[in-house]
Amino acid sequence: MFETYKSLAEFAQTWGLLYFVGVFLAVVVYALSPSRKKRFEDAARIPLQED
Amino acid sequence: MTHAATSPKSMTFGEAGSALAFAALALLCIIIAAKAYTPEYAFHAYLFAAASGWAAFKIVDRFYDRPAQLPPREINGKPNYNMGPVKFATIAGVFWGVAGFTIGLLIASQLAFPALNFDTAWLSFGRMRPLHTSAVIFAFGGNVLIATSLYVVQRTSRARLVGDIAPWFVVLGYNFFIVIAGTGYLLGITQGKEYAEPEWYADLWLTVVWVAYLLVFLGTVMRRKEPHIYVANWFYLAFILTIAVLHLGNNAAIPVSIFSPKSYIVWAGVQDAMVQWWYGHNAVGFFLTAGFLAIMYYFIPKRAERPVYSYRLSIIHFWALIFLYIWAGPHHLHYTALPDWAQTLGMTFSIMLWMPSWGGMINGLMTLSGAWDKLRTDPVLRLMVVSVAFYGMATFEGPLMSVKAVNTLSHYTDWTIGHVHSGALGWVAYVSFGAIYCLVPWLWNKERLYSLKAVSWHFWISTLGIVLYISSMWVAGILQGLMWRAYTSLGFLEYSFIETVEAMHPFYVIRALGGVLFVGGSLIMAWNVWKTITSAKDIAVAEERPLLVAAE
Repeated sequence: MFETYKSLAEFAQTWGLLYFVGVFLAVVVYALSPSRKKRFEDAARIPLQED
Repeated sequence: MTHAATSPKSMTFGEAGSALAFAALALLCIIIAAKAYTPEYAFHAYLFAAASGWAAFKIVDRFYDRPAQLPPREINGKPNYNMGPVKFATIAGVFWGVAGFTIGLLIASQLAFPALNFDTAWLSFGRMRPLHTSAVIFAFGGNVLIATSLYVVQRTSRARLVGDIAPWFVVLGYNFFIVIAGTGYLLGITQGKEYAEPEWYADLWLTVVWVAYLLVFLGTVMRRKEPHIYVANWFYLAFILTIAVLHLGNNAAIPVSIFSPKSYIVWAGVQDAMVQWWYGHNAVGFFLTAGFLAIMYYFIPKRAERPVYSYRLSIIHFWALIFLYIWAGPHHLHYTALPDWAQTLGMTFSIMLWMPSWGGMINGLMTLSGAWDKLRTDPVLRLMVVSVAFYGMATFEGPLMSVKAVNTLSHYTDWTIGHVHSGALGWVAYVSFGAIYCLVPWLWNKERLYSLKAVSWHFWISTLGIVLYISSMWVAGILQGLMWRAYTSLGFLEYSFIETVEAMHPFYVIRALGGVLFVGGSLIMAWNVWKTITSAKDIAVAEERPLLVAAE
């Protein structure tokens, strides 16, 4: 039981941490990259455009 | 067109299939009713049979009444939106809201004056409490979420809802689930899991309805004319998808028999507790948060007539929120049989949730930058902005209470009830009221609401009610926590439990008073919605959207 706990905790504290930080960084890069600036500004106006 | 008009009318696969399925279900339910173990279950089986029979009849009847062609997706190049189901869900939301708040007032009064259960089993706190929570969360909140999501996904995708029968099945099927769940509690049918009380057959029905909801929503997104999927739809999708997973995981139960309402869950002991609060907390995270954040991201920009403060922040907000929320559940099980590391994990993720929650709050509030004057003239916008402020408060308080040291004081006390209601009344209900006040004139093609003054009254009366509610519960909760842990110099507990109950009485009375005000406010809303639909002025040109109402 203790061994299961230890290996789980080790996995969470290394790969789990890396995974979360990695996902977060990917999202930040995706959201903030200058090449998508125009796209997101257009997207923000979607509710305000009439049809 | 001429060719289409002359083609013979025939039933679609959906019409024929669903009519047959409902007819078969009606038959099955009559058999179950006949062989049911308990009269309460037989009653539910008869309800199912009646509803299915009605549905089968209605589908065929509708087929004979409709033109040969189904409504087109577009008319003159403009999307032909399907707003019938949205209207139904909006009205249902108002109705269940008033009902749910009223039951809440009843049980708040029962806690102050226990005689108010009138010595009946049906009105006892144990049955009325799940009726209240389900009515406000799933009936009121759920209908508002379904109404707004089906509205927003059409508008922001510029596409008609997918399906002909399916959107109606979602709306009516969901409300039928509410009726089954609610009458079940009154009759004593419950699986005893908080916020997941309905028994296996109601859960099974909800699963079918929810899958249809997911398909209708997703299908409409895929049909979109816009290249980008607007952020509100991301939040709605996360809400629909996660609730489906949570519902399946937490209701993995095996019925005693198809003729019995009773079932047993496959999880055991502390695992069951963990699954329950993984479900319970994510019902908060994805039903009461993600879904209503979607409302915030559409209705506040729309009403304020300016784009969301930072679209990029909304993307980070979305991914951070959904990745963190799913781990926060163990904080409901501090100092229980749950392993310590799991408790600490839940606490850590709850504290990290501060960041995305406040990022979202700032994004919502700052959308108003440069237009703050609108708060003075538009009580609808005021409702929504105050809701976001309450969201910020509740999501500050939540992580604080999840800290184990704080939890030793707050756990099992009325502080928790106060916290829940600052989120439920201040955030969820207020943003819903704002969305309803926006939606009703849009859906019924009215120039404006019948009375903005009434909205203002609603706002102030309810706000006073919330303040009374949460402040009395803070005081009550902390008092309770301190009394429970007080020791004499000899090491004995200083207060007996009944003394702590007695000490709560004045606060319970104040809380009930807050409830009176909140119910009063919701009645004003119901009247205003009714008057708007029946007697407000129609918009001259049907295609035009209503203008924002100018200052008085």
